[in-house]
Amino acid sequence: MSDTAIPPEVAADLEEAQPGTGPRRMVLNMGPQHPSTHGVLRLLIELDGETVVKCVPDIGFLHTGIEKEFEVKNYQQAVTLTDRVDYLAPMSNNLGWSLAVEKLLGLEIPPKAQWMRVMLVELTRLNSHLVWLGTHALDIGAMSVFLYCFREREEILKIFEMFSGQRMMTSYIRIGGLALEPPRGWFQRVKKFMDVFPSRVDEYENLLTNNPIWIGRTKNVGRISLEDMLDLGITGPMLRAAGLKIDARKDEPYTSYEKFDFEVPTRTENDVYARYQVRIEEMRQSSRIIRQAMDGMPEGPWKAADQHVVLPDREKMKTQMEALIYHFKIVTEGFRVPEGEVYQVIESPRGELGYYVVSDGTSTPYRVHMRTPSFGNLQATSKMVEGILIADVIASIGSMDFVLGDTDR
Amino acid sequence: MVRIGPHQPEVSSDFEMLPDNLRERAVAAAVEAFDADAVTGGKFDRGELTLEITPAKIASVCGFLKYDQQFVRLSTVTAVDRYPMEPRFEIVYHVHSVERKERVRLKCRLAGSSPRIESVTGVWRGANWYEREVFDLFGIEFTGHPDLRRILMPDDWEGFPLRKDYPVTGSRV
Repeated sequence: MSDTAIPPEVAADLEEAQPGTGPRRMVLNMGPQHPSTHGVLRLLIELDGETVVKCVPDIGFLHTGIEKEFEVKNYQQAVTLTDRVDYLAPMSNNLGWSLAVEKLLGLEIPPKAQWMRVMLVELTRLNSHLVWLGTHALDIGAMSVFLYCFREREEILKIFEMFSGQRMMTSYIRIGGLALEPPRGWFQRVKKFMDVFPSRVDEYENLLTNNPIWIGRTKNVGRISLEDMLDLGITGPMLRAAGLKIDARKDEPYTSYEKFDFEVPTRTENDVYARYQVRIEEMRQSSRIIRQAMDGMPEGPWKAADQHVVLPDREKMKTQMEALIYHFKIVTEGFRVPEGEVYQVIESPRGELGYYVVSDGTSTPYRVHMRTPSFGNLQATSKMVEGILIADVIASIGSMDFVLGDTDR
Repeated sequence: MVRIGPHQPEVSSDFEMLPDNLRERAVAAAVEAFDADAVTGGKFDRGELTLEITPAKIASVCGFLKYDQQFVRLSTVTAVDRYPMEPRFEIVYHVHSVERKERVRLKCRLAGSSPRIESVTGVWRGANWYEREVFDLFGIEFTGHPDLRRILMPDDWEGFPLRKDYPVTGSRV
């Protein structure tokens, strides 16, 4: 986060460009309150006419010190922090954190909990992609798409609210399984939604895919070579739109993803339009996964059997002394996690989400680092927009699908 | 809260070479063959390979991994503060090979007084922001970094928030 209005490297450039001696340059300060930066991103754009000469992203306006906060929470409490990192994909973060700690603990998760997790994370992906599509289209001028997308998103948020009591900060995936069993009637509601959802995706496509304005604004815009992307740390749908078939769900399967049948969509055009196509296809694939998870939902417990980690059932707590003692121990001091370190990667809607957790054997983490996809992707902004027109900057940064909470942590 | 405990680092630095059981790992063996002095230790724990690297050799080892071993991606750079133990800081690099579907963790230990290490921005340009973040929150200097300034905290901020001797709560006086 920078307080100075113009960073030194831009200022030096400006001094060189004296009036009359060279091209007239202008610095445009976009953000941190600009609507199309989706949060509090600040871009310092140096312009020559309408062409971007230099772009310096400035982040940190939403830095809340979450990584520090982790060090004073016990492992289960810290689940609530992970929601607030990427607030459009809270359950992906819940899952990444839980998987990392479970790896440290060596905890076995029963199949029903795993299937539920897959279902919830894919619903989260739909949620996140819908917000992306709506706002991205809104930036480019297709306002009605936003209303369509938010209609479906509202239904997903209601589904979330139904089982967790919260629309956004669900904290539903916990270490050892889930917070609660889903309520009665929940599956029917998801099923009803999933029955109509594919036709809704067709609706979005009707509005955009062959729309000449949309094509004109997005085709051949925001291109960046695959080598540059890998070098700069871009992950997720952006890489897949450049033709690289990379997806942690396939490459390093977690939570039984290897048992589900789905495709990893790729395109080779590597522009804003290709990223749109990849994300639309991902929504279809996510619907497939949710349907499979619902149809093949195994019977059995929804939390792990380790009484040192998982809270006992209410019933047992009231009838068994031992269960009550474990409950007291877990609630008051948390559970101890063996010494060690892990780096757990999952495929969040935005790309590679990694949790690096270091444990010193106590009940609070020693150090947690989140490798968030938005931070990695945003770093490539300069490379992507330098040399293009100012109007295309909006389309380009929209296609990155970053969340500033995820960037600044 | 400053946690001062008897906790030892998981990898003992008694031996100054690659442990024998890691030689069967292709990457570990390759790095040792490339520069035997660079590797001071390592472990294979919970399915993850960690190699300890001499801080002075980090950039050359990273270059070798990227250009010779297909580790084209740098996932992240971060640090761990082991205060009050010495060497105090661990700089942790996670590198990823898309082709081999493999990940390796590299670790360098740095002393607590004026910690500094060579930047790997020359190998992966993406290291830029990650190193700035470590500089910002831990106060570790990266030599050869093109643009080393604070990234998340305000420019005039004093102190380094993620160090263990920096309080979690309280007001600035």
